Amino acid sequence: MLGLLAAMLATVVGSTASAQEGEDNGSSGESASELAIFGQLDFEDPDSAEDVPAVGVVIDVEGVGQVETDQNGEFRIEVPGAGDYVVSLDVETLPEGVNLRNPDANPLESSVSENRDRRVLFPLVFGEAEENTTGAISFRRVAQLTVEGLKLGLYLAMAAIGLTLIFGTTGLVNFAQAELVTWGMLTTYFFNFYGLAGVLGFLAPLPPPFGGGVNLIWAAAFGMVCGGLLGYVLNRFIFRPARGAGVSLIAQMVMTIGLSILLRYLFVYIFGGGPRTFGDYSAQRAWVIGPVELTPKDIVAMLLSVIILVGVATYLELTRMGKAMRAVSDDRELAESTGIDVERVITWVWVSGAALAAASGVFFGLDQVKWDFGFRILLLVFASVTLGGLGRPYGALVGALVVGLTINLSTLLIDAEVKNMIALLIMALILMFRPQGILGRKERIG
Amino acid sequence: MDWGFILERTFSTMFGVEVMVFALAAVGLNVQFGYAGLLNFGQVGFMAAGAYGLGVTINYFQWSFLVGVAFGIVYSILLALILGVPTLRLRADYLAIVTIAASEAIRLFVRWRVMKPVTGASEGIGEFSDPFYDTALNPFNVGQRYEFGPFSYVGRDLWVLLVGWTILIVTVLIVKRLMSSPWGRALKAIREDEDAARALGKNAYSYKLQALAFGGVIGGVAGMLQVIQKGSIQPDTFNPVITFTIWAILILGGPGRTWSPIVGSMIYWTLVSFLENVLRGLPEGPADTLEDTIGLSEFNVSQVRFILVGVGLLLLARYRPQGIFGSREEMALDDR
Repeated sequence: MLGLLAAMLATVVGSTASAQEGEDNGSSGESASELAIFGQLDFEDPDSAEDVPAVGVVIDVEGVGQVETDQNGEFRIEVPGAGDYVVSLDVETLPEGVNLRNPDANPLESSVSENRDRRVLFPLVFGEAEENTTGAISFRRVAQLTVEGLKLGLYLAMAAIGLTLIFGTTGLVNFAQAELVTWGMLTTYFFNFYGLAGVLGFLAPLPPPFGGGVNLIWAAAFGMVCGGLLGYVLNRFIFRPARGAGVSLIAQMVMTIGLSILLRYLFVYIFGGGPRTFGDYSAQRAWVIGPVELTPKDIVAMLLSVIILVGVATYLELTRMGKAMRAVSDDRELAESTGIDVERVITWVWVSGAALAAASGVFFGLDQVKWDFGFRILLLVFASVTLGGLGRPYGALVGALVVGLTINLSTLLIDAEVKNMIALLIMALILMFRPQGILGRKERIG
Repeated sequence: MDWGFILERTFSTMFGVEVMVFALAAVGLNVQFGYAGLLNFGQVGFMAAGAYGLGVTINYFQWSFLVGVAFGIVYSILLALILGVPTLRLRADYLAIVTIAASEAIRLFVRWRVMKPVTGASEGIGEFSDPFYDTALNPFNVGQRYEFGPFSYVGRDLWVLLVGWTILIVTVLIVKRLMSSPWGRALKAIREDEDAARALGKNAYSYKLQALAFGGVIGGVAGMLQVIQKGSIQPDTFNPVITFTIWAILILGGPGRTWSPIVGSMIYWTLVSFLENVLRGLPEGPADTLEDTIGLSEFNVSQVRFILVGVGLLLLARYRPQGIFGSREEMALDDR
């Protein structure tokens, strides 16, 4: 893993430059060196159900200038350098009957990062803008939020199961779990754009999957393998020796914190601070299914995560290793005395836990790839694990679903900006009234 | 390379505002972790409580500076109660999870746009620190630069430093005195063996809650001093990395020792300042080599510091949990 990181470091200059080419296909051709804000405006014609570009709409970037959208509804404004800009759309120039879907998001504040053009979105609708306030509770909104809550819960569950299994078998709260999520996301991004070895500049001319980028599905598989690999490395070279040397659990916990911040800042060092998207399936139009809108990639990802979670449950129930994991979780000494090789079980827990976290990172990455993504959901992961009872894999699954649904449905009543604080509230309540978690057994944890 | 400049900067850092603020926050953490064994991974939340207590009181309620300080302290105590009451009866790692989560939640809360009239949301609070500098007690000319041998500070910073170091030294002396009092000895007994202490009739829960609140107040004061020096309160400066830096500083110095926060803070900031100034001051040739090989540029130089904090924490916790000067006897990184 260190070798791979070093390789990425070694070519960071070259890779960021080619990332830009990979990103904005077409629009940047002649002026690749200039940073720009760009985007495309279109709306769905209610009669033909086809996308129609919005032509001649005036877009203004404060302090830079303004442009009109062209025949394809595209616009591109070059900006003098990286920084924050205010982008506004002149509503008067929109085609007749067309409105902004979210009138509050105009003007938009948009930050342009060092080496990458910035896409801004102004979603348009034909007809009146949708009501999108926190007050209105409609069946549509409840249904939509429930589905989004399920989605969040499923993805969280994969990260949370890894955390809870590691805790169950070793007693260690792994604060670096968040970085395992980000690691999966970022390695997938790199494979998606550079293939297996294209990160090493001189190998880039090789054909895919070695040099060039591969389809996201392959990249995601590689990403999960990389996740498992990192889990193995961390256990084999850091935590197993520490356990062997009798380092206390609390010291090990501080070690995971050091590891977490080390990895996080290595990520931003290599990857840069701006958000990115995968090369495939990044701009999909939502399908309308009954009262719910979902993009095809979300549907596929949700189905896949259900399959993965069912797979995990089957593994834990039916295989020897899965049973051994649960046995070690329940009582390490007892498991050891029945002849289970505890260290081997722990190795597999780290590998599978990290691979699951990586898968969660890939699914979350369908919306946005960012260096500190994992850390931003750490609170939710902890809330899920605490809710389900530390060390209980099924508890983490149920906990994650409850957390995902609760915080999404809470936006019916409170501002979406602070919805993650609900997770903290859940955690405080559960610790006060049922600290063993909803699925945990009552035992002494004081 | 301008070594004179680099050394001057490094020396000035040694007694600078960062060293003082982080040392004070680490003194608070030392009370919580070093003496009481509490895993507070949200010290930055206490700093934010202090800072916003001060800023909101002065800027929003238009009350006086001293009332602001009082509110900062009250907020820190409240935070300690909110965090401690549900968790301190449980196993040690629950407090860790809740504090790290709470410190992020506080940041999200103060930068919530609904809170804009009160906390300034993402823009923070600007006008609140003037009474501190305008007071007749301030012997320095705010705009003037003062030089003492290799040390050089602006008058404004010098006033913060004078007040801050005084508070820091007095706090350390108070902590030292407290820890040899019956209260402190009971606290250490609880850290070493909670069951034994409880069997002797000590209310471990109450002692731990007091230690959390006391350390939190010290952290709150550190937060106040930090924003007073900056002249503004920015929500995003209160991110969890600050907490982890404080941990690195405390473990570097040795948890559970009187002067270790100050020593740790000096070592940490001197190293960081020296390294950053050297990297930033590199002549063209080596600078280009570094940029070509590991992509080091002036944009990511500041991230190197955090990578080092991570490596430092990892290695210290693994090989020297008692810190560089600590002793195994006082080592608090132990199972309970």
